[in-house]
Amino acid sequence: MSESIVEILGLRKVYAGKNPVTAVDGIDLHVPSGLIYGLLGPNGAGKTTTISIATTRAIPTAGSVKIAGIDVVAHPALARCVIGVVPQYNTLDRSCTAFENIYFHCRYFGMAKQVAAQRTAQLLEQFRLSDRAAAYPQALSGGLAQRLQIARAIAHHPKVLFLDEPSAGLDPQSRIAMWDAVQALRGEGITVVLTTHYMEEADAICDRVAIIDHGKILIEDSPAALKASVGGDIIYDLRMRGVRDSGLLEKELATIEGVTRVEVIEGGLRVLARVQDGLLAKVVTTANEYGLRDVTTIEPSLETVFIRLTGRDLRE
Amino acid sequence: MSEAVVNSNDTKIVVYTRAFLGLMQRDFRVLTREIVPFLIRIAMNPLLFLFVFTFVMPHMTGGSTLSPTAGMAAAGGGGFGTVLLPGLMAVAIMFSGIAAVALPLAQEFGVTREIDDRVMCPLPIGAVAIEKIVFSAIQSIFAAAVVFPLAYYIPSTPVLVHVSSWWFFIAVLVLASLLAGALGLTIGTFVQPKQIGLIFGVVIMPITFLGCVYYPWAALSPIKWLQNGVLINPIVYITEGLRAALTPTVGHMPDATILAMLLFFFVLLTLMGLRGFANRVLS
Ligand SMILES: Nc1ncnc2c1ncn2[C@@H]1O[C@H](COP(=O)(O)OP(=O)(O)O)[C@@H](O)[C@H]1O
Ligand SMILES: [Mg+2]
Repeated sequence: MSESIVEILGLRKVYAGKNPVTAVDGIDLHVPSGLIYGLLGPNGAGKTTTISIATTRAIPTAGSVKIAGIDVVAHPALARCVIGVVPQYNTLDRSCTAFENIYFHCRYFGMAKQVAAQRTAQLLEQFRLSDRAAAYPQALSGGLAQRLQIARAIAHHPKVLFLDEPSAGLDPQSRIAMWDAVQALRGEGITVVLTTHYMEEADAICDRVAIIDHGKILIEDSPAALKASVGGDIIYDLRMRGVRDSGLLEKELATIEGVTRVEVIEGGLRVLARVQDGLLAKVVTTANEYGLRDVTTIEPSLETVFIRLTGRDLRE
Repeated sequence: MSEAVVNSNDTKIVVYTRAFLGLMQRDFRVLTREIVPFLIRIAMNPLLFLFVFTFVMPHMTGGSTLSPTAGMAAAGGGGFGTVLLPGLMAVAIMFSGIAAVALPLAQEFGVTREIDDRVMCPLPIGAVAIEKIVFSAIQSIFAAAVVFPLAYYIPSTPVLVHVSSWWFFIAVLVLASLLAGALGLTIGTFVQPKQIGLIFGVVIMPITFLGCVYYPWAALSPIKWLQNGVLINPIVYITEGLRAALTPTVGHMPDATILAMLLFFFVLLTLMGLRGFANRVLS
């Protein structure tokens, strides 16, 4: 893939200490230019560490990251010219107004005063923050602060924008406004790399998703392809009254047409199956004889893909 | 795009310089907005100190018996005020370094993580720290300039000021101010953010009281261990340097020694501070 704008090769990061932590364990990633690319994984998967290395804030133990052809470890200051970053916590300059946050950012990146002021005004407009230009960050709601951070991060026209957990702590409405703002960046030719542990988010805005767990990429594709290939499955979690004869039930369930796998989970069984009419009824009828208490359905989604790959829920 | 930031024909140095100046500009903007608290912070300590020790006390006793160094200062000419003028300027310089660098850094590392934004500027991380030192030094020089008239006019006995070499004075002032910024950087990066409150007691008070601020270094000669001990305190060279430059009638260290030690501590503290800074912002 020669048109990859972000190239990650053999990336490893071990945090030294009494108990060394391998946060990133051999990641290869190629992000094609112009996409919104998602790193989806549970807490502690190594998403932030990967982004920190790509944005020159952490030094890898091994491997390399190139952004627009620039090696970020060898040339961090240069690499920062082509990337924009919104970390997972608010890093707005609290001593400066919303306007000044963007304005000085432009100045840091070498814009002349007038150009910086114009760019700032334009971004405030684009992110619908113009009426809060004189507000200090402390006075902005979470959603507005997040939009201001994104506006500031792209002020110097970076080629790649990194967003670490952009919707963490946002209410649903602000989240959708943030999604819109990010989607709109497509028109500007900015490649977006975002991390999230919300599968709905990855599904809603990402063109491609890499699922990451324990510092490794498990699979990488478009959300549609992921759901179709690995997880064209619907999942029924059966809670049983007692676990007697669960071996027998397991076998019986597996023979039902459309069921692809049956697994033992805490307090019951998990049935993975192709979506088809009447299946739930069959599963319930069968399980009823063994003391079925409750059944939960998980529709085919990136969540079921993750469960299929790891046996765990994303939220765990 | 006319506003493209990194033209391929911009050299690294140009990119870095613009970023550095941008950081300075931001700091100036913030400082000018907080100019009143800034002035109060600088002026309050010397104002009260001078008022009590060089105005109130002399009036109370009608003489100099309360002030232990008065006799010695008088021997060289000038009263306690002459001893205090360089001392209080030194405290103002040192304290500006703490207030401009150490305290904000502790807050940024500990709570706000605002520093992360500036670390993402297109310049080497060390340069972000250097900018802090330089900007702090400018504040220190300003603080010293504010203290001077106070220390000159408040004391009831005349203060004897004589600058024989402006070059030496400027060299001392600039080096001392940079040293103070480097000290602030070192403290701000090494002290755990939660414990920053402790540095007043653990660092600032000792280096001030044992920094030859309220007495010239030569006057310590009866207590040899102390006179030798305080030599590891960088504030000593700031006070002695200002003493040599401004009030040479009071005994002071040799000029060359002072400059050499100021430079030595500046380099040492800068290297330590840069290291601490990199440790804090990179993982
Ligand atoms: N500075 C650090 N020092 C030591 N361990 C760390 C540090 N940062 C992260 N970790 C550990 O590395 C692993 C991955 O963390 P992180 O990259 O933050 O994951 P994510 O962003 O996916 O939640 C976790 O086990 C975390 O505890
Ligand atoms: Mg994270």
